Amino acid sequence: MLEVSDLQVRYSGIQALRGVSLNVGAGEVVALIGPNGAGKSTLVNAVSGLVKPAAGRILMEGRDLAAMDPWAVSKSGVIQVPEGRQVFPQLNVLENLQLGETALQGRPPAGGLEDVYDLFPVLKERSAQLAGSLSGGQQQMLAIGRALMGAPRFLLLDEPSLGLAPVVIAQVFAALRKLKSRGMTILLIEQNVRLALDLADRAYILDQGKIVLSGTSQELAADASVVAHYLGVMSE
Amino acid sequence: MLLQQLLNGIVVGGVYALFAVGFNLVFGVQRLLNLAHGAVFMTGAFVAYYTVVNGGPLILGFLLAILASGALSMLIEIVCFRRLRKSGDAEFGAIISSMGASLVIMTIWQWISKTQVLRFPFDTMPVVIYRFWGLRVSLLQLVMMGCAILIVLVMGYFIYRTPFGRRVRAVTDNERASMLMGINPNRIYNLTYFISGALAGAAGVLVGLAFNNINFTMGEPYLLYGFVIIILGGLGSIPGALLASLIFGMLQTLTIAYLPSGLTTAFIFSVLFVILLVMPNGLMGREGAGSLGRRR
Repeated sequence: MLEVSDLQVRYSGIQALRGVSLNVGAGEVVALIGPNGAGKSTLVNAVSGLVKPAAGRILMEGRDLAAMDPWAVSKSGVIQVPEGRQVFPQLNVLENLQLGETALQGRPPAGGLEDVYDLFPVLKERSAQLAGSLSGGQQQMLAIGRALMGAPRFLLLDEPSLGLAPVVIAQVFAALRKLKSRGMTILLIEQNVRLALDLADRAYILDQGKIVLSGTSQELAADASVVAHYLGVMSE
Repeated sequence: MLLQQLLNGIVVGGVYALFAVGFNLVFGVQRLLNLAHGAVFMTGAFVAYYTVVNGGPLILGFLLAILASGALSMLIEIVCFRRLRKSGDAEFGAIISSMGASLVIMTIWQWISKTQVLRFPFDTMPVVIYRFWGLRVSLLQLVMMGCAILIVLVMGYFIYRTPFGRRVRAVTDNERASMLMGINPNRIYNLTYFISGALAGAAGVLVGLAFNNINFTMGEPYLLYGFVIIILGGLGSIPGALLASLIFGMLQTLTIAYLPSGLTTAFIFSVLFVILLVMPNGLMGREGAGSLGRRR
């Protein structure tokens, strides 16, 4: 479904991605893991059209996303849940969700409001509350719900567990598991390697702008070097 | 007498509101000060004037003024701000480029009007005075108040109750996230600048009619008042700009009526100073609303 080939991104002289290639098939959940500054967010932002690559291609069902504006990318159904939630603090919860529908533009809605409320009941309770006054976990749920309102065919999740308490992370990931069971295609960026490998079918490990390892989640979880480098550090 | 002055103050404040609400709307959305806003305001007055002297009815002049000012304001954003914003350091650059745009527009009108003070032909606006409860209200004053109330209500509905307004507020809150939701911010900017300019143009026509004095520098004092009002009301806050406009209008008429004329401006700015000492973010402003860095 998504095919990234030899992607290179430079920020004013600094090379953030040095020829990254990866693919995500329809209905697959793929994790992209790696240390801070590896270029994970750069990659999702390049897919979303926020960052223009210096070289390489990002093909989504044959269309080159790199040539499209960010709003056009999300209207085509490739929707990002950005790092740090980025909800609209001065809009209430319902308005945030309604805003997510902007990405539909002619495409039929998926489950709409009821489905999001079903997935995250707390959002229904707080629908009239300003998004800025929600807790971090609720904001993360809102950010995911907002993206779902645009009926994504491909969901990009950037660090959904960042800064959340373990019990809230469990709630968020339970919802993601539900999405996965419905066949949603997801590219998941995650620093918490255990969480990521637990949810994903396959994973890529990105380090210093390059893919250093890839495989199914089981293979990677069993790989001694992964355990030493990433799981060892991340174990709680 | 006091009641009469308060009434006059509300009328003046309503016109300030038309000017300042648009000024603050674009500040709220882009965190940039459009110093050509006074020139846009003046353009409204000139367009209405030339429509009327060429035989058009006043209402047509009013509509053309709104359209022309809106379009001009949109053009200013595209020419002066859009590229600067991409450079990521637009805060000061925008001040200079919009100042430049203001000078260009002023020079064009100076040239067209041959540096004359223009006056609407007598009877463009029928002079009708209504009296009630011992107060005098002219038809023009009623029209000014009516326009201000109507436009502000429509704006409020538009911004807070429609999907488009929701998008405007989303872009104001977080431009980047709004792009990820499928919003093209440039479209939002085009429309907010159009609305902002249209409001200023309407104010320009009303002021031109009220003082019957249209000249190429008429926008300058309003730009200064606009500054005072948006700082007093709170940067980026629409209700704040509204409230501050009314306060400012009333203060101005009351001080003109009751204080020696030399003290008017000094008094108004002293009040502003005291209010800002107590409420540094203005009457309805949020902390840090004035900084560009908030978004990153």
